[in-house]
Amino acid sequence: MSVLVDENTKVLVQGLGRTGQFHTDKAIAYGTQMVGAVHPSRAGTEFHFEGETDHSGVPERDDSYSVDLPIFATLKEAVAATGANASVVYVPPPFAADAVMEAVAAGLELVVAITEGIPVADMIEAKRYLQGSGTRLIGPNCPGVITPGECKIGIMPGYIHQRGRIGVISRSGTLTYEAVHQLTLLGLGQTTAVGIGGDPVSGTSFVDCLRMFQDDDETDGVVMIGEIGGAAEEEAAEFVKSEMSKPVAGFIAGTTAPAGKRMGHAGAIVSGGIGTAVAKIEAMTAAGIVIAETPSDMGEAMVRALG
Amino acid sequence: MAARDIPVPLGRVARSVDEAAAAVRPLIEESGNPVVVLKAQIHAGGRGKGTFNEHPDVHGVNVITDGIEGGPGAAEAAVRELAQQMLNSTLVTIQTGEQGKVVNRLYVEQGIAIDRELYLAVLLDRTASRNIVMASVEGGVEIEKVAEETPEKILRVEIDPAIGLASFQANELAHGLSLEGDAAKHFAVFVKAVARAATELDTDLIEINPLVATTEGLVMALDGKMAFDDNALYRHPDIADMRDDTEEDAAELAAKNAGLNYIKLSGTIGCLVNGAGLAMATMDTIKHVGGEPANFLDVGGGATADQVTTAFQIITRDPNVKGIFVNIFGGIMRCDIIATGIVEAIGRVGLEVPLVVRLEGTNVELGRQIIEESGLEVVGADNLRDGAEKIFELTT
Repeated sequence: MSVLVDENTKVLVQGLGRTGQFHTDKAIAYGTQMVGAVHPSRAGTEFHFEGETDHSGVPERDDSYSVDLPIFATLKEAVAATGANASVVYVPPPFAADAVMEAVAAGLELVVAITEGIPVADMIEAKRYLQGSGTRLIGPNCPGVITPGECKIGIMPGYIHQRGRIGVISRSGTLTYEAVHQLTLLGLGQTTAVGIGGDPVSGTSFVDCLRMFQDDDETDGVVMIGEIGGAAEEEAAEFVKSEMSKPVAGFIAGTTAPAGKRMGHAGAIVSGGIGTAVAKIEAMTAAGIVIAETPSDMGEAMVRALG
Repeated sequence: MAARDIPVPLGRVARSVDEAAAAVRPLIEESGNPVVVLKAQIHAGGRGKGTFNEHPDVHGVNVITDGIEGGPGAAEAAVRELAQQMLNSTLVTIQTGEQGKVVNRLYVEQGIAIDRELYLAVLLDRTASRNIVMASVEGGVEIEKVAEETPEKILRVEIDPAIGLASFQANELAHGLSLEGDAAKHFAVFVKAVARAATELDTDLIEINPLVATTEGLVMALDGKMAFDDNALYRHPDIADMRDDTEEDAAELAAKNAGLNYIKLSGTIGCLVNGAGLAMATMDTIKHVGGEPANFLDVGGGATADQVTTAFQIITRDPNVKGIFVNIFGGIMRCDIIATGIVEAIGRVGLEVPLVVRLEGTNVELGRQIIEESGLEVVGADNLRDGAEKIFELTT
């Protein structure tokens, strides 16, 4: 088992621009089942991908691949033709929230929005649209989700991952890579790594992911990586305290961030004393989460948490 | 606000002493109130309590009552005298920092017969993923203080994005604020206009403090602040044009124009990092090993070699920088692009301080190769902590 994605996940691409092409190619090389793309003006054609197989991904494949990805005019058509159950959004910010809603309307189980810079108001609407649907949104402004050796959706470098028994949840893309890399070097590996994104309005929270990992038989422990701003880490700490039996290690970025300054992510801002790293670390420590002092110690913190 | 049907007192912007004085007579005639208020226009709050470095007795907001007995002429003379002291002087408030902000513009406003002062804001509630209206009977006071001392005085109402603020919600808020009669009716209209403006203008925050009910039962925004969602500015060119670049830090502005996230700090170790979280964590680690970061710099996901070059130039231009730490974990960002950018930047501007580079992730081998073949004096690092320790040693 793993969470969110596995070897049976079939993925469509929304937004096959330069970035979309680059990472679709990497995903195919990794062994992800990429089954089609949506591009109204190129509907009916195919997009060709070929190259050397990334052997850090799905095992037992040829050394090279050559794939013609069918292109569809709408997501609904693409789902009907391919039986896809997930999509990844690389659509530019002004149109990305609409792409998420299209995925909901097409009945996909999972939509992963990589796009950075989506207006908050658009995401508020998309989130409203998601309510009551069977679709789960990961992101936006996130690296994506990966179950090592089975399925990689997003922009994370595949080779740093290794199939294992630790779940990873993070608001920050590059810090996810740090944690994953350390877990791999320590031989712990990952069941699934989820980048939930750095925006103030996002589809999936720490608590959602913690619950999934708690219920996943293959996951022995969880690393959660938060940052300043908002109260999501405090809510996660509350959940860990009351509902989790598995060990959790954590890190919070932004201990040295000055108040009132937005640290790159739209969500990362300390204002009016809310969302400070100190408050989050206190809440997490009180919940029994083992805190890494620096991001280089995240793997070690997990080892300590596992006992 | 006025353009969005949010009632505000009558007033005029003045960029000179003459303009400020000339605004007084028409204002008194239109409002029928001999009192006027002279305000400093800067992008920071706390103006009422703030004072000028050059004139410690003068505040950022001044009520001028000379017109009550002396007529418009006396009000005009008083405004002229104050405007002379305020324009081109430095106003220090709790939000400007010690260095303060130079006042280039004034605002001359009608006086108001205030009955009640209230607080109103529309902002995002992240947990609900919706905007909320926040209101309090404690107008004129900082909301953070109210939240801490008397949280029960803060009212909250969620705005459904599909519907907007419903009339019953507006009425509930009016009732919660103990408004009655005309004031309650006017408040309901007012708060709906504010909620609508928040959506239509893509604001992160609209704060009206104080919101006043006048003795005649009118409701007005006496002072207010709007913060806009940078990601949505593309659909509001008129708002984007309002940005006053002269109030922003030159280096931060140069970075913004190059599509970089840069915040200047006071330390000596310059940082160039991809990803906001990793950039913050890099600062934290530098501090953890004993150093002080000179900046936060996130080159973002899809940076080009040119952007990396610009980033490098911005860091090296800071005279406090004694060493640079480049920390890249490539996902969407490719290590070869970072490496090319660094090599080009050094070729263009030279390198007079130690440089530690840590590369990992997408195309890492190619990136390392580019740096190696450049023949530059670069210290490699195995991981984040190793890099932070190395740059700290090299700069102390």
